[in-house]
Amino acid sequence: MTFASLDRRAEQLLRDLAPQVFGATLRRFRDFAACEDAVQEALIAAAAQWPRDGIPDNPRGWLIQVALRRMTDHVRSEISRRNREATAIEEVPIAVAPALYAEPGIDPDDTLVLLFMCCHPSLSSASAIALTLRAVGGLTTAEIAKSFLVPEATMAQRISRAKQSVESSRVPFGMPDAHERAQRLSSVLHVLYLIFNEGYTSSSGPSLHRTDLSNEAIRLTRAVRMLLPDDAQVAGLLALMLLTDARRAARTGPVGELIPLDEQNRTLWDREAIAEGVALVSTALSSGTVGEYQLQAAIAALHDEAPRAEDTDWPQILALYGMLQRMSDNPMVALNHAIAAAMVYGPRAGLTLLEALDQDERLAGSHRLVAVRAHLLERAGDRKAAIALYREAAGRTASVPERNYLLMRAAQLNEAS
Amino acid sequence: MKFMLMMNGPRDAYEQFGSWPKKDIEAHIAFMVTFSRKLTAAGELVSAEGLDAPTQAKRVRAGKDGKPITDGVFPESKEYLAGYWIVDVASPERAYQIAAEASAAPGPGGVPFNMAIEVRQVMSGPPETK
Repeated sequence: MTFASLDRRAEQLLRDLAPQVFGATLRRFRDFAACEDAVQEALIAAAAQWPRDGIPDNPRGWLIQVALRRMTDHVRSEISRRNREATAIEEVPIAVAPALYAEPGIDPDDTLVLLFMCCHPSLSSASAIALTLRAVGGLTTAEIAKSFLVPEATMAQRISRAKQSVESSRVPFGMPDAHERAQRLSSVLHVLYLIFNEGYTSSSGPSLHRTDLSNEAIRLTRAVRMLLPDDAQVAGLLALMLLTDARRAARTGPVGELIPLDEQNRTLWDREAIAEGVALVSTALSSGTVGEYQLQAAIAALHDEAPRAEDTDWPQILALYGMLQRMSDNPMVALNHAIAAAMVYGPRAGLTLLEALDQDERLAGSHRLVAVRAHLLERAGDRKAAIALYREAAGRTASVPERNYLLMRAAQLNEAS
Repeated sequence: MKFMLMMNGPRDAYEQFGSWPKKDIEAHIAFMVTFSRKLTAAGELVSAEGLDAPTQAKRVRAGKDGKPITDGVFPESKEYLAGYWIVDVASPERAYQIAAEASAAPGPGGVPFNMAIEVRQVMSGPPETK
């Protein structure tokens, strides 16, 4: 969303307020599409009036007022349209919910409630992602379509179907109770994590990063943290994103090729983001409850804090992966645990751990297990086997940068032998 | 007018590519990246995709009940689509020119690979899509 007439500060303000205004409007009227139009009209009105009259003292209240007025008009005209259509039927009293006339209360939790709604577990993750970016992130359908490399019409359909499922699910617009809240928050964090990852390692297409999506995920997670400053999982997720994103500039070479962590130019890492992430994860870990995001962030912090690859504190990383493994049955965690074990106890120890993963159906056909085995065999000095497995992994990945990386690794090893 | 430029290769093209020397793989990838940037800058690129190795491919047809019947790739197929570009250009000649440029991508030893590029005009879309 861009407003040519507004300066950067006012535009940022509108972007931040849009989901709150939308939430406040949706709280009173359950019509997703009409509320969206009303908010859009309020934003357009602001873009027209604010440059002339200045930003009002209470910009959020101003926008909510305008959006609610638009909705009231919309409901009135709907009712009179229905009345006209129903001349033969008994007269429908013109009744407008009393809530309409209530003071447009300012509830910062509206953004959170909106997030809970958009990331409802009944939605598929593709729908939840699209709906979150649209309704909470304020991205246009065209922008979201571009980020996911799909035609705009396709994304418009995906969003509109997601809205319909929210409407038909009759999920009440309100804060879930304490018991449900933790579970629903974890759905929200998962969706934000997926958005970040989609930007960080594109699941398809020629380039590795789509920074717009990573940035959007970080911005939204920051917003959630403002609302839930004491939640350690939220802080952990934000830290994880910052600590991972800090390496962005060093992660690819001139033609988009992937550069592994131990070969990255660490002077390109974003020190400011690392400092913020480290501070966040330290606070989050000291708060008591330890969750997956905090642990993953702690691992990312250990990598980021090492001045050189050989300074990495692998024993501590190994211990953290051990904790993660006890917490969740995730084969990717087990893979990383094997890598850490190889760094501490040597490649054979890692290879032994990998054997246990051969039976895991979730990794069957995955290029990752093959690629990790190739790496460890290379480190163990078994070049021939490593070359064959690098090539096999290259044939299995659907990511172009990853395929190129694996092929080059094989070629390099082939020439050295 | 739009054209699809198709890069076809034998079943083992992926393995062949993977066995090139490292600097030749690098040169080939760098060429493809630059080529795609140039087409984008010229306003001619509509889309470009590379396809996964044919070893992962399946042939699917509907069974009697409409359920998918999948099959591995038929061995008699000698050539597979490895990737394509769709370009929007003023004339067929321009599409041929672009195809020739892609065909000259460096192969082993940096020598032009001269792979055959199939050029087909894209028909205008059905009315309900853009």
